[in-house]
Amino acid sequence: MRRYEENRMYRYLRRHKKFPNVWCPGCGIGIVMGALIRAIDRLGWEKDDIAMVSGIGCSGRMPVYMDFNTMHTTHGRALAFATGLKMVKPKMHVIAIMGDGDALAIGGNHFIHAARRNIGITAIVINNSIYGMTGGQYSPTTPTGSLATTAPYGNIDQPFPICELAIAAGATFVARGTVYHAVELDRLIEKALVHEGFSVVEAVSYCHTTFGRINKLGTAVDMLRWQKENSVTREAAAKMTPEQLQGKIVRGIFHERELPEYTAAYAKIIEQAMAAQRKA
Amino acid sequence: MAARLMQGNEACVEGALAAGCRFFAGYPITPSSEIAELLSRRLPQVGGSFIQMEDEIASIAAVIGASVGGVKAMTATSGPGFSLMQENIGYAAMAEIPCVIVNVQRTGPSTGLPTKPAQGDVMQARWGTHGDHPIIVLSPSSVMETFLLTVRAFNLSEKYRSPVILLMDEVVGHMRERVELPPPESLEITNRVAAHVPPEWYFPFEDPSTDVPPLAPFGEGYRYHITGLFHDRAGFPTERVDEIDAWIARAFGRIEQHRQDIISWEEDFPAGSRVLVVAYGATARSARHAVKLARAKRYRVGFLKLETIWPFPEEITERLARQCRRVIVPEMNLGQLALEVERVVGRQKVRRVNLANGEMITPQQILAAIEEK
Repeated sequence: MRRYEENRMYRYLRRHKKFPNVWCPGCGIGIVMGALIRAIDRLGWEKDDIAMVSGIGCSGRMPVYMDFNTMHTTHGRALAFATGLKMVKPKMHVIAIMGDGDALAIGGNHFIHAARRNIGITAIVINNSIYGMTGGQYSPTTPTGSLATTAPYGNIDQPFPICELAIAAGATFVARGTVYHAVELDRLIEKALVHEGFSVVEAVSYCHTTFGRINKLGTAVDMLRWQKENSVTREAAAKMTPEQLQGKIVRGIFHERELPEYTAAYAKIIEQAMAAQRKA
Repeated sequence: MAARLMQGNEACVEGALAAGCRFFAGYPITPSSEIAELLSRRLPQVGGSFIQMEDEIASIAAVIGASVGGVKAMTATSGPGFSLMQENIGYAAMAEIPCVIVNVQRTGPSTGLPTKPAQGDVMQARWGTHGDHPIIVLSPSSVMETFLLTVRAFNLSEKYRSPVILLMDEVVGHMRERVELPPPESLEITNRVAAHVPPEWYFPFEDPSTDVPPLAPFGEGYRYHITGLFHDRAGFPTERVDEIDAWIARAFGRIEQHRQDIISWEEDFPAGSRVLVVAYGATARSARHAVKLARAKRYRVGFLKLETIWPFPEEITERLARQCRRVIVPEMNLGQLALEVERVVGRQKVRRVNLANGEMITPQQILAAIEEK
């Protein structure tokens, strides 16, 4: 074990101020936070140049612990706040941390429109299939048939496929990883961070406290093991039949293309408008 | 600057640009859309940015995000959009982020009468977001005043780190008047106080030398946390009652202690006036005319036009009303600011004149109230 001070991870944490964290022991959100830190550390970005904006819920608490410019906003609105910040600080690296309910239910409109604009924000959607902080109500990604505290007879809603939704809405980088495959997840996040345009990483997590308990899925370790056994890479999935893929989580990069980034396009408008003004 | 014919919404744009506004986010809505249209053209000409968001919730969120980036920012809307903005107006109040919200009021509730004026959002402007919070609300009654109060809205917002609401109405927003804007150099422009201590000493929510701590923009070396939760001096969430009480005391104190600076009005109160007419916004125009008509009939009438409506100008209202038998409060609603006037001067003295059907209150209707025994 490296000593506390020597661990590179701690450079990015508000370590003397805000620990221990609010998450349940065994929660997957901390793994996403670790993956994000490793990605940022490899990129060598200055902490002053990074803004982390979040919404409400368990995931929304992540910025408190991170030593960046951090903003914990209202439920579902992280991307809208982040859009304003990115417009006036286009050189900053703006990261939005959201949960599934946060990004896709109350924030669904902001999610698709940020994707449509292709604004240079990295959206990390931590998908635990449930509203964890409020006690386990069904979310837009709760699988059909699962139980939740507001679906005592089983959920009849269809879950949103986050990556497909992001691609259809216009995001120019879309990837999915799981918290079990933590090293792979940090590589995906790293690629998303350097992508010019709106990038989405669905980080599949779990909530053993609410979703796991009500659906009898065991402990955090059991749920991690389930991810290990029930997820495949995109390459492996290509060789599988639809029946074999039933209930499997597919990991990897699903979409990557180049399109003008929003603030870069707007910078050209400013340039043109100012030039015309000088002429006049 | 040469005199020209100008619309109220256009004067709002001129005022915003003169005040240093460099970011606008909004969503189309009658009768405020001209503000967005004009700023979409004008802002990039001065290096600023404009964005049309997906709704009003996102608009105010983007405005707050831009302000956190250190830029003076504004949005404009009308009643239905203003209702949607309440959530994040509360956030701006809690996190003490300067921003200006223009509400060109139309008749409500709901979709109401999109092209007709109203003053039905007076209470929403004060209490629309949940929880107790300080707020500043200004209301102009002419095109020139729209220009001046927009500048003032930005100045107060920056000075007190508070959201400021400019409560216009359809008549003031769409009316055209001849105005001669003051030269930019003659305007007093306030900018937010920059952080002046090393980052490790910086507390975004506490400064021993002032009740309005400096707000450092994101990305300039001061890494800190902003949240809509109750927070400590560093911005981190807290549930400690001593820290919550400290925030409440300072947040309200910074507005209360500076009432003299925040509250502005215009009075025309000849000695011996027996009746006082208190009005604001477009209704103040009818009220002024009614006062003129009444004086021609030898009624002793005083006039008080409020420019700041929240915090409510109790001092001046009380001082003038004390000398009068009756206080007349005309409003294009069913009695909202009248509740405040009644609180200050007593219900017996107040005579309300209300209309909430999309029509303006005429001078004759106010005159009739003055003439009542």
